[in-house]
Amino acid sequence: MFEQPVLKVEGLRKQFGDGCGHCNSLSVDALEKNYCTTCGTVYACQDLNFEVYKGEILGVVGESGSGKSTMMQCLYFDKEPTSGAVYIDSYKEGRANLFEESSQQKRYIKDMVLGKVYQNPIYGLRMNISAVGNIAEKLISSGVREVEPMKARAKELLEAVNIPTFRMGEAPKNFSGGMQQRVQIAKALSNNPPVLLLDEVTTGLDLSVQANVLDLIKEIQRDFGVSIIVVSHDLGVIRMLADRTIVMLNGKIIESGLTDQILEDPQHEYTQQLVNALL
Amino acid sequence: MKLQYNYAFFDEGSKREIRRATLKAVAIPGYQVPFASREMPIGRGWGTGGLQLTLSLIGNEDTLKVIDQGSDESVNAVNIKKLIVNTTGAPVTEETKEATLIQSRHRIPEEPLGSDQILVLQVPYPEPLRYIEPSEYVTKRLHGDKEYSGAWLMLFEQIMKHGKMATGADHAVFVHDRYLMAPSPIPRFDNPKMHDSEALILLGAGREKKIHAVPPFTKVESIAFDDYPFEVEQFTDKSCIKCGATHTFMDEIISGLKTVHQCNDSSHCLSRMNQEAV
Repeated sequence: MFEQPVLKVEGLRKQFGDGCGHCNSLSVDALEKNYCTTCGTVYACQDLNFEVYKGEILGVVGESGSGKSTMMQCLYFDKEPTSGAVYIDSYKEGRANLFEESSQQKRYIKDMVLGKVYQNPIYGLRMNISAVGNIAEKLISSGVREVEPMKARAKELLEAVNIPTFRMGEAPKNFSGGMQQRVQIAKALSNNPPVLLLDEVTTGLDLSVQANVLDLIKEIQRDFGVSIIVVSHDLGVIRMLADRTIVMLNGKIIESGLTDQILEDPQHEYTQQLVNALL
Repeated sequence: MKLQYNYAFFDEGSKREIRRATLKAVAIPGYQVPFASREMPIGRGWGTGGLQLTLSLIGNEDTLKVIDQGSDESVNAVNIKKLIVNTTGAPVTEETKEATLIQSRHRIPEEPLGSDQILVLQVPYPEPLRYIEPSEYVTKRLHGDKEYSGAWLMLFEQIMKHGKMATGADHAVFVHDRYLMAPSPIPRFDNPKMHDSEALILLGAGREKKIHAVPPFTKVESIAFDDYPFEVEQFTDKSCIKCGATHTFMDEIISGLKTVHQCNDSSHCLSRMNQEAV
């Protein structure tokens, strides 16, 4: 018997623009690029289907503009998808399409069911609020109204991501890029979400800090048993983290499989180019 | 040439529009109702919201009282009073009990208000979530979703920094278990006076173009954590140097080498002194 997926995405589409007679008459595969040359409508995500299983890290790789981040923004309700469905087994027993939920329910899902780490910490953190306060915000959103348990939980999480105790009361604007990413990860974990979305978390960090963050993600997966979707254009990151990988090009999934298989035996021409570029 | 203004400065259409917004605010306690804030002969931020409410409500039978941070005689209070009196001829009083319409900046009078009185508060920032969220579009959505974690977060930060609740003024309140409201920059000491108040409390923000209200006998609860309950400012062992009161909100005055305390509500203090003299 197969294990139930923790997260299931079906037919996710996101377009910017209304389309025209030309592009509306074409099928998804008939578009050469991810935009219509007649009206300029961008088809950022085109009919994406994938699943994530418990404790698994799914890598999403592709060049800039391939639709990776748009997909993540749709999954975290930062952008409204044009169509499609996403189901999470821990929310209404996996029967509700999250995209169709009310704004209040979406807020609840963002607080309790999903955690996201943005490429740019400015989107994920309140830069003028203390690191402890940033963690507390998620706990407050989930209904906690006691200060001391929140402080204790925040300290526990910040220690787990190696933020020194004496700096926990400081605002993240005073932190280095790597520390800010680590605070983001701690914040995303505050309510023990079953699924974590990581969007280019190591971009812009120097190599030693990158290695620390990647180690931390591995530890979190091991210790918390959380399922993770990692988006990156860096195959090195994907190689280190992901159990399975999907490759995106022009808003479409062009190849998917076990990470080793994708990296050692790429089938699609674009994936081959990508892997060759790395090696 | 002396200009002949309409009764209470405004034309009747303007007064009606402000009263309509006021009625809506009363119908939805704590909700910020947008209104077309008029140009006034005083600068925005000097009480134009309160003044517009007062001018739209005042009638021939009203007795007016205007206070500014507890004082009936400060420049702001005196000028607002002059404008209203010059355009209405309304009688003015300093006695809280005698007034039917009280416009106040940053204080609720010490004297308990009755059901025949209306308190108008001047509000600089009506949005309690503004510090945490600069977008009006977003704050409207947050109110719609009753998502007020930002306000608790600010409180949490205070407790982290100072070890206790440290709101100087404008401590956010829940009105009728629904809307989070900025009670104008009144001290925490005055927040409990809003709860179950017999008087209608109206709050006007002229610059921000918003009116909100606390109807009589409405539940008003200051936000607080379970393990850090709401506390008002304490004046333990302090008494007013003039009237000897110990239960009022007091100003700290440094006089020479001495620090003394004095009632902030000057008319309340004066009436206590008068009673003692009799």
